[in-house]
Amino acid sequence: MITPGKMERKLDEVRIGFIPLSDVAPVAVAAGLGFAEEEGLRVTLLRETSWATLRDRMAVGTIDAAHMLAPMPIAANLGLGPLPMSLVVPMALGFGGNTVTVSRAVWEALVRLGAPGDLDAAATATAMARLVAGRRARGEPRPVLGIVHHYSAHHYELAYWLASAGVEPGRDVELVVVPPSLMAAALEARQLDGFCAGEPWGSVAVAEGAGHILTTKAHIWRSSPEKVLAVRRDWAEEDAERLARLVRAVYRAAVWCDEPANRDRLVDYLAGGELLAQPAAVVRPGIARELDLGDGLRANVAGFLTFAERAATFPWVSHALWLYTQMVRWRQVGFSAASAEIAGATYRPDLYRAALAPLGVAVPSASSKVEGALTRETPVGTATGRLTIGPDGFFDGRMFDPDRVAEYLSEH
Amino acid sequence: MRPMSGGPSTRLLTLILLHLGIRRTPRHPRQRRAPPARGEGCGEGARAAPTMPRLLFCCGAPKMARMGDRPLHILIIDESRIRASIIEQGLREAGHTRVTLLEEAAPLMRRIVEIDPDVVFIDLESPNRDQLEHMFQVSRALKRPVAMFVDSSDRASIEAAIDAGVSAYVVDGLKKERVKSILDTAVGRFNAFSRLQDELAEAKDELAARKSIDRAKGILMRTRGLSEDEAYALLRRTAMNQGRKIAAVAESVVVAASLLGGGETT
Repeated sequence: MITPGKMERKLDEVRIGFIPLSDVAPVAVAAGLGFAEEEGLRVTLLRETSWATLRDRMAVGTIDAAHMLAPMPIAANLGLGPLPMSLVVPMALGFGGNTVTVSRAVWEALVRLGAPGDLDAAATATAMARLVAGRRARGEPRPVLGIVHHYSAHHYELAYWLASAGVEPGRDVELVVVPPSLMAAALEARQLDGFCAGEPWGSVAVAEGAGHILTTKAHIWRSSPEKVLAVRRDWAEEDAERLARLVRAVYRAAVWCDEPANRDRLVDYLAGGELLAQPAAVVRPGIARELDLGDGLRANVAGFLTFAERAATFPWVSHALWLYTQMVRWRQVGFSAASAEIAGATYRPDLYRAALAPLGVAVPSASSKVEGALTRETPVGTATGRLTIGPDGFFDGRMFDPDRVAEYLSEH
Repeated sequence: MRPMSGGPSTRLLTLILLHLGIRRTPRHPRQRRAPPARGEGCGEGARAAPTMPRLLFCCGAPKMARMGDRPLHILIIDESRIRASIIEQGLREAGHTRVTLLEEAAPLMRRIVEIDPDVVFIDLESPNRDQLEHMFQVSRALKRPVAMFVDSSDRASIEAAIDAGVSAYVVDGLKKERVKSILDTAVGRFNAFSRLQDELAEAKDELAARKSIDRAKGILMRTRGLSEDEAYALLRRTAMNQGRKIAAVAESVVVAASLLGGGETT
């Protein structure tokens, strides 16, 4: 169609499913603030009420791509879901903004047991272990903690954190799945003692006076994966250039989201009825990385909910493999070299590099790294320029070498 | 997002059920003798029975069940009681007598362990699907693993279920042909419910239009000294001249009258 003065560009349609969480920001901004259109794409965002339905819509092809929990595409490719499907992860959606939030009563008990108010992961885990032991000694029920999905980073980081202090999930605490939007109410109703969920739901629990933020994902494992952009393999392969344009649009949106000057606009945009439908006041703390923990305590958390800095959108194969080790550790799947291979191959740094090449931005040359080895921000090799990554340490100081998956598992 | 959230009234429920030609959940379902649902083969269930002796797919009326076999226990989890009742009714009419409804507000885990279902239906839009799947995967109390969708290789049936907005979990080990008709019935009922909602919305619009026209006629009769027929003819003529619907013209008359203060005396 000819319009006066210029040729109207035909936009390719992309349907992307999402769950209302702050970390959908890069996808939402790409769709709504022009980045997708600049790449010749018209993105339709479809809000879902459960990860299960998001997954099923992906399987039958009613959506092409999704804002997805980092372990979900791996689980899908391992055939752990109900429907057969093949997904690729051409990019990550940043380092996560999850909090471990406990009820007011549990917080008060933890303070008496030595929990600090500074979010320290080791000290809070120790206090939690004392709480569990105390309840057991008194013959009281096990604490019940909420996670958002069976195959979620929330599940694995909460379990990792607890297990480091000798608390075995399933035996010493009960893990239940609760929709994140109901976590605060569940705390209030004493159905939950605590939960691990993405923002804004920790801040919502604090704002409602139901909870206290005990620690965060960034304290348990710095610069760790949370959500990814998952794409149906058939859609990705049908038109490689279209996929590359999508990755570029979301990448550029992620860079925009990290920019402090854009924060107010980002918070207002996310808070809107089409996306999170929450007051801006509860969306802001996570985006600004300035958490209100409850009891008047505040904390600036470096690296919390990071969208693009320090290669936050890079789909590290070592991230996929670590998530796979946790699936094995918590008996969701048996270990085999073949399934480890499938897990690692789900994340596609090759597609990421190909997509970003025209932008000339610095991209890691390596596809994997030893997780936990970087104790500070570190310059890394790239083909095009300067890039610093990390720190990426686990709070207990352990390291994960992606070339030694079996050994890592045997150490648990 | 959910079509019927927010506690639909009993009147609406009755209306919909009447519309479907069904009564509210009968107290004694066994007294009902529904004809076998179309497309169900009676030999299927009997043939498949040996692999799962305690479960029998009732292909038709309950009397078709073999002695000593238990019919499948079907659980419907839905916030919308109307829709749940409609599905339940459909399943009962197809001869499935063991149907339990559960509202989402209930503590799911404990209730599901008590109910011990063979087939679970849950609204695709329910935020509790993740919780349900997690339970199925980790619970020791629910011994049997539960899979979703009758036949994951049958794309058409999966798409039909997703279009209809229903998800199904079926006890692993059940022969798929034994549960196919159950799923088909539920999907059909979900679709019927959606159609009903559309029809109901139309009926409401129709009613609102009629009300506007009556009020406009009253205003014209009073202010212009017209008879009822003349008032209606004027509305119709104006609508034709302006290429608008009579209801829209009537609405304008009502609004104009209220703005000018010459409106109805109520």
